[in-house]
Amino acid sequence: MGFFTRFFQGETARETAKRRLQLVLIHDRSDLSVETMEALRKDLIEVINRYLEIDEQHIELELEREQSSVVLVANIPVRTVKRQPSLPGNRA
Amino acid sequence: MPGRVVVVTSGKGGVGKTTTTANVSASLAGKGYKVIALDADIGLRNLDVVLGLENRIVYTLVDVIEGVCRLPQAMVRDKRVPNLFFLPAAQTRTKDAVSSEQMADLCKELQQDFDFVFVDSPAGIEAGFRNAAAGATEALVVTTPEVSAVRDADRIIGMLESLEVTPIRLVINRVRPDLVQRGDMLSVADVLDILAIDLVGVVPNDDSVVVSTNRGEPLTLGTQSLACKAFDNIGLRMTGEEVPFLDIEHCGQKGLVGTLRKMFGF
Repeated sequence: MGFFTRFFQGETARETAKRRLQLVLIHDRSDLSVETMEALRKDLIEVINRYLEIDEQHIELELEREQSSVVLVANIPVRTVKRQPSLPGNRA
Repeated sequence: MPGRVVVVTSGKGGVGKTTTTANVSASLAGKGYKVIALDADIGLRNLDVVLGLENRIVYTLVDVIEGVCRLPQAMVRDKRVPNLFFLPAAQTRTKDAVSSEQMADLCKELQQDFDFVFVDSPAGIEAGFRNAAAGATEALVVTTPEVSAVRDADRIIGMLESLEVTPIRLVINRVRPDLVQRGDMLSVADVLDILAIDLVGVVPNDDSVVVSTNRGEPLTLGTQSLACKAFDNIGLRMTGEEVPFLDIEHCGQKGLVGTLRKMFGF
């Protein structure tokens, strides 16, 4: 049975199960809680702020589901680019 | 030192939570640890029948919480294993009869007297599960190598993590070596790859489990079967012993492939 399924469909039931599970879990796990999303937003702002001056009020952050993947889409309006990035190392 | 409170959970129903609770509890009690198995499935209790203690219930966990009786009065002592105790759930009440805080307090009290407190959780991710996990210091997540069970296990692992129950360890139940070998079932490695948590036991699909449940005699009390050995090993690993995993997926494999496997160890 295993051999024939593999021969004709190129994938065993076991492989199909694993592939389907991995896909379905990407979607399940992408349901981030409000708190997690907020924490992610805060961290992102902190990092980006070292390089760019951004409009924190108008940030859009979303997880978009596509067929076989989940994409984090961030729309972050930039006000100005900093001349000197404030890297963690050269903080006063 | 207070004992360990272990919630046994799965998300999906029917994967072997109660069987695991009963057998691992009995196994550890048989090794001299003082163990209590607590049924947190209020309204749908089953641990009593799996342990074979259904005729000895006088009071339940809800009676203790409501102050109808004292805690020791509700505990059923298993006469077959000196160190094994059982605290039944109420059958004619609902999950709303207790709160998370009350369950946590109860577990805290039991921790003082027992080395292990096993809490058999109801299926699902709602209040019943949250109550069961409320007092837990660690968790056993039970799953079977099926897409639906593994998916639900993943969800429950996420919830346990957010409740800060740690460590979370995995029991893979009802593995069928013949199906894995034919490429028709997820293997232990596949499941671990997907869930990425520590493995504490692999239990083969075994007729002896059906028989023991029918008789109300935990496997680890008597019969020597592969499943019994597997549950015994879970108990040992929980106490910190290094026990190699039974090579269930390759056992009984004969012929050329089996020989080659043995020779080359794959």
